[in-house]
Amino acid sequence: MRIVILDDSGARASVLEEGLREAGYDDIHVVPPRGAFVARLERMAPDVVLMDLGNPSRDTLEEMLVVSRALAKPIAMFVDQSDDSMIGAAIDAGVSAYVVDGLRKERVKPILDLAIRRFNAFARMQSELDDARSQLADRKTIDRAKAILMSSRGLSEPDAYALLRSTAMNQGKKMVDVAAALITANDLLGGML
Amino acid sequence: MTPIRIAFLGLTDAAVLVAAREKGFAQAQGIALELMRDTSWATLRDRLVYGQVQAAHMLAPLAVAVTLGLSQQPCSLSAPYKLNVNGNLIVMAPEFAAALEPDTAARLNDPLATAHDFAAAVGLHHRKPIIGVVHRFSSHALILRYWLASAGLDPDRDVVLRVLPPSLMVEAMHAREIDGFTAGEPWGSAAIEAGLAEAVAASERLWQRGVEKVLTFRTDWMEANPETVDALIRALAQAASWCDDPANHAELAQLLSRGAYVGQTSELIERALSGEIVARQGEAAVSLPDFLLFAREATPFPWQSQALWIYSQLVRWHMVEPADDSQRRAATVFRPDVYRRALASSDTPMPGASMKVEGAVETQLSIGAPKGAITLRPDRFFDGRSFDPDRIEDYLAGFET
Repeated sequence: MRIVILDDSGARASVLEEGLREAGYDDIHVVPPRGAFVARLERMAPDVVLMDLGNPSRDTLEEMLVVSRALAKPIAMFVDQSDDSMIGAAIDAGVSAYVVDGLRKERVKPILDLAIRRFNAFARMQSELDDARSQLADRKTIDRAKAILMSSRGLSEPDAYALLRSTAMNQGKKMVDVAAALITANDLLGGML
Repeated sequence: MTPIRIAFLGLTDAAVLVAAREKGFAQAQGIALELMRDTSWATLRDRLVYGQVQAAHMLAPLAVAVTLGLSQQPCSLSAPYKLNVNGNLIVMAPEFAAALEPDTAARLNDPLATAHDFAAAVGLHHRKPIIGVVHRFSSHALILRYWLASAGLDPDRDVVLRVLPPSLMVEAMHAREIDGFTAGEPWGSAAIEAGLAEAVAASERLWQRGVEKVLTFRTDWMEANPETVDALIRALAQAASWCDDPANHAELAQLLSRGAYVGQTSELIERALSGEIVARQGEAAVSLPDFLLFAREATPFPWQSQALWIYSQLVRWHMVEPADDSQRRAATVFRPDVYRRALASSDTPMPGASMKVEGAVETQLSIGAPKGAITLRPDRFFDGRSFDPDRIEDYLAGFET
């Protein structure tokens, strides 16, 4: 069974491809949906196409599926329209699957289940990574604001931190927002604070 | 508060939805409106059909096509409210526009002559012109086909129509993957501003009151939730009046420019709102006062004759087999009955009829309505034909292709 993964993101595509290979599928191709990708896809004549629901090129792909003369069998979205719960899970996970006409549901379901699990795992990883990145950025901002307070008001580090925290609490703001405002003010005044 | 999620694409004509949320019109009707941006019509369609959202900012022809089972999973959809009329540009790369009338205002004002100029030059290029369209079931693609055919071009033979989402058009022009495109604003203006394209035609000159985006529900959901549907339509009607008022255009453009909505500069977005279209980079704007309408002239009213015009075009281009049942189902995708019910207690004047001859108003027409008259302004097609919904076969027989 030939599976094509249409994806720009190297990481997500690899996560999915790896999962499929572990599950015993070996005819897997990753194609970035750019430029003349539909011609490439037509030549490959895939049985299953997996694509991120958020990818803007889905309309381009669907148009090819409508007009293509090269594809011997029509390909349509999802395998069995009656299986609403699976389709719901796929959409929630951000997976769209196009399956060649006549492929049996039992053969496609494991692929789709796997894609859903891997997409979900990838999304979790991504959001953990984003959280970690923003925490790091927040800490850097707070450190800079502390440094400004320490040098301009002669405070110790714990006192500078406490001042930022109490100001944030009094104003009902997040500490990082207060810190950012302080940095902006300092920049505007040319470092006079 | 009743939560409602609506899927939309990042286009200027999502304005009424954005205003309903950001200016409090939805909240005042007891609706917690959540807007979910998508980047492809396929995904917007899937979210609606599979129930991830309750409504969508949908291309009117796509709503008809999904109902007729022409676009993946068949599903009965209903459009009780039009979110706008007009608002699109056809743009082409300067080397293709060079064959056209150089005075851009004159060019835009005479689409029939422009079509003939374009047709005459098609053979001079080394290959077929490649024109980007946002979807086969879009008003843009249907009117583009009509326009090309008016000059004797066969849109399926003489040019290549390539489907791309609006947000990728400018990039595709830059990479020379397409020679021109038609899309909702601000994407035409964005390509013009980048010097990649010139305006060749504006939708308000092709069909002066052209059906465009519609608020679309799954029919079963709409029927099961009449109170919520009515409250939403009331909120949108107020938001639409706010959007139409020139005094609010600058603020509306600011709202739309946010990354969560359109994500382009407010200056670019305001061109479509004010109808001041820069047709070529660096030129003074051409004034097209009907470029994009939200409220006036009962714009949101879903005339079933307009759904039937869409059906006639699907038949014309062999996208659907003509059949009485399909025709009836296409017409009833537009739901004037729901519109009337929702706005019955408001002071919005509304038409008594549900169909009219499209393209028949030459100067202006005052029609009787339960709450005062409505003045309809010219709604002509660029070739002067009119569409009588009772005589679709005759209408189609009148076209050579």
